[in-house]
Amino acid sequence: MTWVLDNLGLILELAGVHLRQSVIAIVLGAVLSLPLGWVAWRYRLVRGPVILLTGLLYTIPSLALLVLMPAVLGYSAISETNLVVALTIYAVAILVRSVADGLDSVDPAVRQSATAMGYGGTRRFWTVDLPLAGPVILAGLRVAAVSTISLATVGILIGVANLGYLFENGLQRRIVAEVLAGVLAVVIIALLVDLLLMLLGRALMPWIRAGAATTSRRARLQIRAAA
Amino acid sequence: MNLFADAIAWLLSPERLDGAYALPTLLGQHLLYTLIAVLISAAVAVPAGWLIGHTGRGREVAVAISGAARAVPSFGLMVLLVLLLGVLRIPEAAVLTFVLLAIPSLLAGAYTGVEAVDRRVVDAARAMGMTEWQIFRKVEMPLGLPLLVGGLRSATLQVIATVTIAAYVNLGGLGWPIIQGIPLRRFDQVLGGAILVALLALAVDLLLALAQRAAVPTGVRSHPAASRDARAATASA
Repeated sequence: MTWVLDNLGLILELAGVHLRQSVIAIVLGAVLSLPLGWVAWRYRLVRGPVILLTGLLYTIPSLALLVLMPAVLGYSAISETNLVVALTIYAVAILVRSVADGLDSVDPAVRQSATAMGYGGTRRFWTVDLPLAGPVILAGLRVAAVSTISLATVGILIGVANLGYLFENGLQRRIVAEVLAGVLAVVIIALLVDLLLMLLGRALMPWIRAGAATTSRRARLQIRAAA
Repeated sequence: MNLFADAIAWLLSPERLDGAYALPTLLGQHLLYTLIAVLISAAVAVPAGWLIGHTGRGREVAVAISGAARAVPSFGLMVLLVLLLGVLRIPEAAVLTFVLLAIPSLLAGAYTGVEAVDRRVVDAARAMGMTEWQIFRKVEMPLGLPLLVGGLRSATLQVIATVTIAAYVNLGGLGWPIIQGIPLRRFDQVLGGAILVALLALAVDLLLALAQRAAVPTGVRSHPAASRDARAATASA
């Protein structure tokens, strides 16, 4: 406990760095996944390969990916960029599938009604498909956010400091409080971000709560499976 | 690409078969840790998951635990357990970490499998006079098997990925060439290790994907419409 109080400044500083690295990866992952997921949903032919490729990337252990990506793309392994790229890849791997599943869960009758009312492709996507796919995408985003924040700690293994530094340093110096503080800080940040996303989802998509009754069984199963 | 050539050369060098850190030994350690952890985890999580799925009780608790578990960094948990259990019990600490890591996926696989069974099928079984045990044994368990194997698949892959960091506390495994090589800047070795771990994960994933397909009961396979929901859930799990 004294260790934590004595080093509060360090913990907060590392937490800030940790949050920065994770948030960049989560935002990049979401921005990349939307078009990728849409393409996978819209064009059946690409769907198989896209889902397969993102699935394979997700399968590769993080430590391996942190070493493989720099070798393929030719940047330094020991850099924050490397960690953020790897975390983004994992976020994309989770989210592409959520976006495709979310768009799948939209009732075709609703989509046809929108078309019949004269909605063009683009307007229909932004005002009908995406909002209705929202709950499933949000479930995926929450999973991706929490995993990213927890996974970021492996950065220390390739020499990129964040809250993972407390694990390395704590093990070397045999300070249990230091490691425990690191674990708790990661869990707290992850759960706070998760809570924030949930509240944001409820504020932006009031139909999530009402949706319990109206969402199709399929969509509910997908939300549940994603969680 | 020169780096890849170096890594392949490192992998194929005859020295990789010698000594305490020979690649076959490291691979064996990696697989052994994975197997032990997944088996222990399954022994705990699968019966619990089935019970939750069959009775419908305790779901919220299970979901909350699984959600919170995802937030726990496994690397930090392993280091914490190593410090708490002491230097003499490092293997136990590591295995405990992997067991805890595998529980949420297996638990979710077991209960979502039972839950995804069409309620009408369960009602029909009950109306035919089946006991609760028979309903579970003959209806819910076989129909829920594909989702359970799906859970086993994600649990195993998570464990394989995490066993990589066991080398950080000197337990060997395929993470050893990576973790030992980074401070030495031996990138041929680091990349070689990474390639092996990635290949192992992909091979195991393929094997379990086939098992997942084989786990679908023949009767269900011929009625694609009946199991649409189950497939949707499998796909997202």
